[in-house]
Amino acid sequence: MTSHNQEEINTNLKIFIAEIIKQDRPDSHLITVLHKAQELNGYLSREIMDLVSQEMNIPTSTIWGVATFYHYFKLNPVGKYNISVCMGTACYVKGGSEVLTAVKEELGIEIGQTTEDLLFSLHEARCIGACGLAPVAMINDKIYGELTPKKIIDIINNLKKEDESKQIP
Amino acid sequence: MEKQKFTDRFSTVFADQNFFKKQKRIALKNCGLIDPENIDDYIFANGYTALATVLSEMTPEDVIKSVKDSGLRGRGGAGFPTGIKWESTAKQVNDEKFVVCNADEGDPGAFMDRSVIEGDPHAIVEGMAIGAYAIGAKKGVVYLRAEYPLAIKRLQKAIEDARKANFLGKNILGSSFSFDMEIRLGAGAFVCGEETALMNSIEGKRGMPRTRPPFPSVSGLFDKPTLLNNVETWANISSIIVNGAEWFSSIGVGKSKGTKVFALAGKITNTGLAEIPMGMTLREIIYDVGGGIPNGKKFKAVQTGGPSGGCLTESMLDTTIDYESLTKAGSIMGSGGMIVIDEDACMVNIAKFFLEFTQSESCGKCVPCREGIKRMLEILTRITDGEGQTGDIEKLEELGNMIKKASLCGLGQSAPNPVLSTIKNFREEYEDHVNNKRCKCVVCEKLITYTINDKCIGCSACRRSCPVGAIAGLPKEKHTIHEDLCIKCGKCFRSCKFHAIDKTSIAKEQK
Ligand SMILES: Cc1cc2nc3c(=O)[nH]c(=O)nc-3n(C[C@H](O)[C@H](O)[C@H](O)COP(=O)(O)O)c2cc1C
Ligand code: SF4
Ligand code: SF4
Ligand code: SF4
Ligand code: FES
Repeated sequence: MTSHNQEEINTNLKIFIAEIIKQDRPDSHLITVLHKAQELNGYLSREIMDLVSQEMNIPTSTIWGVATFYHYFKLNPVGKYNISVCMGTACYVKGGSEVLTAVKEELGIEIGQTTEDLLFSLHEARCIGACGLAPVAMINDKIYGELTPKKIIDIINNLKKEDESKQIP
Repeated sequence: MEKQKFTDRFSTVFADQNFFKKQKRIALKNCGLIDPENIDDYIFANGYTALATVLSEMTPEDVIKSVKDSGLRGRGGAGFPTGIKWESTAKQVNDEKFVVCNADEGDPGAFMDRSVIEGDPHAIVEGMAIGAYAIGAKKGVVYLRAEYPLAIKRLQKAIEDARKANFLGKNILGSSFSFDMEIRLGAGAFVCGEETALMNSIEGKRGMPRTRPPFPSVSGLFDKPTLLNNVETWANISSIIVNGAEWFSSIGVGKSKGTKVFALAGKITNTGLAEIPMGMTLREIIYDVGGGIPNGKKFKAVQTGGPSGGCLTESMLDTTIDYESLTKAGSIMGSGGMIVIDEDACMVNIAKFFLEFTQSESCGKCVPCREGIKRMLEILTRITDGEGQTGDIEKLEELGNMIKKASLCGLGQSAPNPVLSTIKNFREEYEDHVNNKRCKCVVCEKLITYTINDKCIGCSACRRSCPVGAIAGLPKEKHTIHEDLCIKCGKCFRSCKFHAIDKTSIAKEQK
C-alpha cells in the first residue's frame, strides 16, 4: 500500500474506474470506487475525491456527501497500525470501554486521531463479528480477542518494538 | 499454552450434550461441515437440488405457494411473512425486477448472517436464484458489510463457481431462466440495514430511508419492483423446497415456524451461534444451550433485538421464543442478537449505551429522531452523571413514546425501546440514580467514590497519576483521597498494583 507513490495510486484508480463505469448505471458504483480509493490510498483525500469526480463525472460535492455519510470512509491519514476497539454490545458488556480507555491513555490520542509519529490511529468499531472473543480489537486486519487493558498495552508495545527493529537496517 | 486453552474450551462446549441436543439446524445445516469454498462439497450435501427441482418441475406460482405454506417469516427483524412479500413482487408487471439480500447485519453484537455467508455461501446463491425465478427477476444484489472481508471473499468465489457450473448465468441448467448476481459493499452505516436506505446505498447515494409507500415490492432498487430478504431468510429457502412446506411448518409454534439462529454473547458460558426451533423458552436457550452465567454471577437481564429491542428480566425467562410472545413481553425477535447481562451491569448505563449508538447512527432526515434522541441522551447522561432531576424519568418516557410515533423509519421508531423497557423493568435503578445519586452496580463513573484501604503500602503511584492532585500521603505511608477535589477519572484505581483503592457508590444526602 505505502510502497506505491501517488502517481501509481492515481493510475491504478483510473484504470479501476474506467473498467467499472462500462457497466450499467455507472453512478451506482460510486461507493465501490470509494472503497477501492481508500484501499489504494489509505484514506480519502481531497485530491483523490477530485480525481474520482473527474473520472466518474460526478460533482465533488456529491462525492463528499457520500464519503462523509459512511463511517467506513476515512477522511484523514491513518497510522501504520490502525487500532479499532470494538464497542459493540457484546464487547461493551465485557469491558470494551476499559480497553478503549487504556489505548487512549497509552497513546495519548482520542477516537479518530493518529499519533504524531503516524504509527497508530484509534477508531471505534461496531461489532466485527467476533463477539465470542469479546472484548476484541482489530489492528489492521488482525483480530485480538479476550482483551484486558494490560493485554492491549502489551500488544501496542510489541508493535512499537517490532517497528523499531524494522527501522534498523 | 494457547492450544491447551483452546482444547479446554472445545471440550467444555462439545462435552455438553445440551448445547447440541436442543438445537435444530436448517439455516446453519452446512456451516462447519462443508468446505464453503468448494462447490462440490455443497452439491454433495444436496446443494442446488432445490434449484434444479424448481426449474424442472415447478412454476413460479408453485414456488410462491410453497414458501407461503411453509409459514416462513422474515429473519431480519420485523417478521413479515416471506411468501406474501414474494407474491406481491411477482404480481408487478415490469421489464426489470431485482432480488436483494440484506447482509448488512448492523446489530452491534450479532454475527448470524456473517456465519451463514462464511460457512455456506452457496445457500444464499441458491435461495436467491429460486426467489428470482419465482418473481421474474434476472438480477440479484447482495448488500454485504465491508467489515466482513472473509464473507466477501467466500461469497465472491461461490458466485464465480456457480456461474461456471451454470447455476447462475444464461439459461440455467438448460431452462429458459437466466439470472446473475453481484455483491455491493456497505460502508458502515447502521441505517443502511433499513431496506429503503439500503437501496439508496446500492444506487451509490447517501443511505437515507425513503418514505413508504411505495413499498420496495412496487418500486425498490432503481425504482424497479424489488424483493428484499435477510440472509437467514434466504438460507431457509432451499430446505423448504427440498423437504416441503409441510415439514417446515411442522417445526415451531403458532405463527412462528421453523428455527431461528441466535448469537449468544455477553455474560454467558457458551458464547456463539445457536439455531433453535421456535417455541423454545428463553430459559432453555440461556441455561441449557448457553450453559448459564459464568463466574457464579446472577442473571439480570437478556437483551434481544439489539438497539431496536428491549431488556427482559428473570420473571420473563419462561417466555417462548416466537415473534408474538417476545413482542408481548416487551422486546422483539430482532435479527438474532441475544446479549445476556449479569448483576454487575447497570441498566441505566446499558440503556445509555444503546441510545448513544442510535443517536450517532440517526441519518438526520427527520426531526423527531434527530433531535428527540439527542434530548433523551442528554437526560440519560445527566442521570448517569449524578445530575438527574425529579421528573427526568417521566420526561424520558414521554419523549420516547413521541419519537416512536413520529419517526420516519424503523431506526427512530425503535430507538427508544431499550430505554423504555429498562425503565419499565428496572425503574428503581433509575430512581436510585436520580434521587440518591447512587449507582448500586458501581458502573457510572461520576457516581463512584474512590477510597484507599489498608492494603496501601504508600508507593505513591496513585498520587503521581492523579491529574488534579487530589491524593495526599507520605512515601511508605497510607495515602488518602480528597473527595471534594476528585474528578472521578479512575486513573488512581488503574495505577494501583496493590488493590488498595476501593470503588463504591454511596447514597448522597438529598439537597
Ligand atoms: C435501522 C434498521 C436497521 C436494520 N438492519 C437490518 C439488518 O442489518 N439486516 C436485516 O436483514 N434487516 C435489517 N433491517 C430490517 C430491514 O429493513 C428489512 O425489514 C429486512 O431486511 C427484510 O427482510 P426479511 O423480511 O427477510 O426479514 C433493519 C431495519 C431498520 C429500521
Ligand atoms: S427515523 Fe432517524 S434514521 Fe430514520 S429517517 Fe428519520 S432521522 Fe433518519
Ligand atoms: S498506588 Fe495503591 S499502594 Fe500505592 S499509594 Fe496509591 S493506594 Fe497506596
Ligand atoms: S479518580 Fe482521578 S481525580 Fe479522583 S483521586 Fe483518582 S486520579 Fe485523582
Ligand atoms: S460486539 Fe465486539 S465483536 Fe461483536
